[in-house]
Amino acid sequence: MNILNRLLGQKPPSSRDTAKQRLQLVLVHDRSQISPGMLDLLKDEIIAVISKHIEIDRAGVQVTFSQEGRDNKLVADIPLANGRRARGPS
Amino acid sequence: MTARVLTITSGKGGVGKTTTTANIGVALALQGKRVVCLDADIGLRNLDVVLGLENRIVYDVVDVIEGRCKLRQAMIRDKRLPNLYLLPASQKRDKSAVKPDDLARVCEDLKADHDFVLIDSAAGIEEGFRTALAPADGVIIVTNPEVSAVRDADRVIGLIEAAEKGPAKLIVNRLKPDLVARGDMLDTGDVLEILAVELLGVVPEDETILVSTNRGNPAALEERSRAGQSFRNIARRLLGEDVPFESFRDAPGLLKRLGRLFGADGRS
Repeated sequence: MNILNRLLGQKPPSSRDTAKQRLQLVLVHDRSQISPGMLDLLKDEIIAVISKHIEIDRAGVQVTFSQEGRDNKLVADIPLANGRRARGPS
Repeated sequence: MTARVLTITSGKGGVGKTTTTANIGVALALQGKRVVCLDADIGLRNLDVVLGLENRIVYDVVDVIEGRCKLRQAMIRDKRLPNLYLLPASQKRDKSAVKPDDLARVCEDLKADHDFVLIDSAAGIEEGFRTALAPADGVIIVTNPEVSAVRDADRVIGLIEAAEKGPAKLIVNRLKPDLVARGDMLDTGDVLEILAVELLGVVPEDETILVSTNRGNPAALEERSRAGQSFRNIARRLLGEDVPFESFRDAPGLLKRLGRLFGADGRS
């Protein structure tokens, strides 16, 4: 049904898909007890620490959660300033 | 023989814990098991009316704990199923009347003569939930395929793991197959992916539940109730049978819609 909708026209995502995505996001914060604001703070501090040693693309830094089963991990994606990307899970 | 103590809980209220407890109790009793349904929702007693046993209550679980009666005196035997019992909650007290150790002691006394003790937990994550969890050998989480119920279920699953009572098993209750098909309801697979727990059963939304609750005659007793069938399947899974999970793709979802398309009536 969902695939059909997408083939026939550019309908917005189904409320089912939206519900799933919103739940996944909110549960990451519930489980880790890290609020979105705290995540921003972490990101700023990670940028500050790494910038002391390596030149990085500050605008491209992403700090996110990823889920495996009921375990969550914090993933920092930190592009280097020269265009090469360094990826370091915390 | 010693009973398995299973606590049925949910986090969010109103998702069908009591209906689930009553129907699994009935379905296990139909399989010949000796079952006690214990209402641990002190102050908000409801398992009695869902089972249709409300007129026969003399004593309750608080009377047992406080020594006003013997355990046997408080237990109500179901007339339809002689191996099914209800141990009712008190309606005039609150959660503080029963401590985790009290409930554990009651369950210990029930274990010798029964195969299953099903504890209908209070909603929430506070005292009532903690008390209902204490005697559990296993935990069943009831949720609905809906954002707030799933979020609360996740919180409760975390607390159960922290209390070393896991892994909990999940029942997805009140699934509406036609809403899933048209992309407006989370499917069982979505809920499982999000919560990452083992599935025990899927129960479709079914008007026979309302009717059977009106009458105090649990749907699991009714051969033709779809929800009742799902609860009977859950009971068989609890007994170790490998019962395939229902997909509900046939009716009333797609077939009904196809029927309408070709001008047939929309009966389910």
